[in-house]
Amino acid sequence: MITYDFLQHYWWFIIALLGGLLVFLLFVQGGNALIFIAGKDESERQLIVNSTGRKWELTFTTLVTFGGAFFASFPLFYSTSFGGAYWVWILILVTFVFQAVSYEFQSKAGNILGKNTFRAFLTLNGCLAPLLIGTAVGTFFTGSDFTVNKSAVGDIASPVISRWGNAWHGLEAVANPFNVEFGVMVLSLAVSLGALYLINNIDNPKLATQLRRCLGVSFGLFLVLLLIVCYHLITMGGFAVDATGAVTIEQGKYFKNLLEMPAVLALLLVGAVLLVAGVAATLLRKDFKRGIWFAAPGTTLAVMALFMVVGYNNTAYYPSTADLASSLTLANSSSSEFTLRTMAVVSLIIPFVVAYIAYFWRQMDKKSLTTDELTHGEKY
Amino acid sequence: MVETALVNWSRLQFALTAGYHWLFVPLTLGLAIIMATMETIYVITGDEFWKRTSKFWMKLFAINFAVGIATGIILEFEFGTNWSNYSWFVGDIFGAPLAIEGIFAFFMEATFFAVMFFGWEKVSRRVHLASTWLTGIGAAISAVWILVANAWMQHPVGMEFNPDTVRHEMVDFWALVLNPVAVSKFFHSVFSGWMTGAVFVIGISCWYLLKRRETRFALASIRVAAIVGIIGTFAVMLSGDSSGVHAAKYQPMKLAAAEGLENGGEGAPFSIVPGVEIPAMLSILATHDIDGYVPGINNILDGYTTPDGERHLSADEKIERGKTAIEAFSTYRALKESDPAAAAIARQTLDENIDYFGYGYINSKEELVPPVPLVYWAFRIMVGLGGFLLLLMVVVLWLERRRRLADTALVQWVALLSIPLVYIAGQAGWIVAEVGRQPWVIEGLLPVSAAVSSVSVAAVQTTFWLFVAIFTLFLVIEMRIMIKAIKLGPNIETE
Repeated sequence: MITYDFLQHYWWFIIALLGGLLVFLLFVQGGNALIFIAGKDESERQLIVNSTGRKWELTFTTLVTFGGAFFASFPLFYSTSFGGAYWVWILILVTFVFQAVSYEFQSKAGNILGKNTFRAFLTLNGCLAPLLIGTAVGTFFTGSDFTVNKSAVGDIASPVISRWGNAWHGLEAVANPFNVEFGVMVLSLAVSLGALYLINNIDNPKLATQLRRCLGVSFGLFLVLLLIVCYHLITMGGFAVDATGAVTIEQGKYFKNLLEMPAVLALLLVGAVLLVAGVAATLLRKDFKRGIWFAAPGTTLAVMALFMVVGYNNTAYYPSTADLASSLTLANSSSSEFTLRTMAVVSLIIPFVVAYIAYFWRQMDKKSLTTDELTHGEKY
Repeated sequence: MVETALVNWSRLQFALTAGYHWLFVPLTLGLAIIMATMETIYVITGDEFWKRTSKFWMKLFAINFAVGIATGIILEFEFGTNWSNYSWFVGDIFGAPLAIEGIFAFFMEATFFAVMFFGWEKVSRRVHLASTWLTGIGAAISAVWILVANAWMQHPVGMEFNPDTVRHEMVDFWALVLNPVAVSKFFHSVFSGWMTGAVFVIGISCWYLLKRRETRFALASIRVAAIVGIIGTFAVMLSGDSSGVHAAKYQPMKLAAAEGLENGGEGAPFSIVPGVEIPAMLSILATHDIDGYVPGINNILDGYTTPDGERHLSADEKIERGKTAIEAFSTYRALKESDPAAAAIARQTLDENIDYFGYGYINSKEELVPPVPLVYWAFRIMVGLGGFLLLLMVVVLWLERRRRLADTALVQWVALLSIPLVYIAGQAGWIVAEVGRQPWVIEGLLPVSAAVSSVSVAAVQTTFWLFVAIFTLFLVIEMRIMIKAIKLGPNIETE
């Protein structure tokens, strides 16, 4: 039966899927973080910029669609988090705004700021976007300082429903080490994925060697942070929802969710194995270039599992530390049954969209990118 | 009290973002059709000249496309960051088209833009041509959905208010999509993009003619662009006509403001400029009837009765009923658990007055009048420039067909200097549409003052100036890069 409850869970699945795909596609950001580190000279940097430059719009569009889908399915999150954690989201958006123009502008005559400035914008977005998005997602586990009072609409003088509890408007998230660890973890993952993608996408042995070195460092960092984050997730208190909708803090809630949802645990483990296998094979075998094809689905699955841990099994996915009762759950923040049902029909098109993207991705990337192609063909 | 300064700065920030976005989007919409037509000619004739011609316009398209994307992402998220109350109050309806836009249109644009730009040697000619068309179609589809969303704010349909969840909820998806306002808004906006693309291409081509460079390229481009532009202009006129009728029906205050009509009536005159009027013309335009009744600003504020006997409430009565609705809402919420019988009565009062809910937040009836001079003059600028540009395109096409355009320097100059005019016309159009509906975010249901987020004025001021700096910088850079690329000509090379 397709009940309201089912639709809410279905839409959280779509959010998880888009979130998983978004983190995988952050390889564009991760790759750009390496422009000046892995790229030692102009031709190498140009290769990196043009390689990520043929995919950046997919990441960007996935971010926009993630936002749109969140708005359509869980509008209370959209209003509470975006309007509340104002500065975090504005910062994230601004880095993406700079990215959007930088590819097109960087090598064009008349661009005023010069090539390296625009590439620095790409690197800045490459580092800050995964870091900030990761930190923001960290608050899904640790909670934020806000209240929600829907009855406020009846107060003519002050009808605002969602209010943030402090003037930092989201920047205070860095005061909680878990959020920062989560952010750095996402950043190091994005850089690892970026390196894997570039190794596969560019045909240049010298650059590949430099990228493998970066991959080793970033993935090492990722593993360390992963262990720290996992330790916290197992031990920390989570925000549990009871049958009446009341929210309480329950020790080890997230770990318990994993144990109580074996399918999610399996998803997480399969994802982790694929990710590690992709990276390990790339690091151990010098001629192995296809690591991204293991790490990408691995990342997507693992991130999906994390979203499910924080949203399913009677858990408040966007908890309020200021007022537990204000915490957002799938049930109290979703769109109406009619809208979710309508949008569920719309969502059936997603496999078709993914299919044509994949088809043209293959068409465009049959041959790896070379300096020769950039000399003779179109380039940024 | 919601601070007036907060509301105004939030509005200003949204207007800034939307205004900048609408500098780049119309060119995307129009140029896409023009270059896709050119590439179609190339694929049919196999003439390399047309390939080079379409590739040149694609370069300019790509430079412009990026900035459109950059401003667009801010717009989407600003609904949440700056209009958070709005996002919940109507998110159940408004979020859907935004999500559909992403799923259906943006991925299409992103995928096929890359194939179009980088795929010349990687896919077959036909697939490449299809990609160019699909990039343009994707842009048009994204316009469908964002304008469905916008039209719903101007004329909300297909929803019911639910006091338990405190929001309007969608009950009829197709009413939302087939909203008559959405249909005319879509054609009006997209075809005005065709005009923008056409005037842009004609203007730049005329520059080449003035410089006596690339003559064949310039004349060929002008031919395609002028035809696209003239078709576009007629479609803009038709959809503009139905927009006027819709405004008269659903947003009479917007129409009255656009006409500066203080006191209306039957056979209302159309004002060309203050003091110059065409008798009964406004009635014809707004109601398609020479004796049609068009209310003026004072009529709307004081209440009026149309000839068919329908009585329209005065502003004071609407405000009164709005306050009743909000009070009944609060009573219902307070008594829902403890006194279901009293709550049911309050619920009934709320339902009876829900159409005026937003008026409850209005303090005085003066707030219900949008800034008249701005809307009045924006409307005249839009229509006047539109008419002038149509004339220009017809003249240019006629001269080109008579093979005299290459020698008519005056027309070449006028065409070149007209490029900014089409942008001014587009901006003026949005001023009419958006300033004209003040104070409403959602007509009658939610005023701007009840829609804003609870952030400090200083925060919004900071982001406003930040966006001013970023967008202006990008605009200047884009124009410089374009000018350099144009000077290099169709054989443009990067570096």
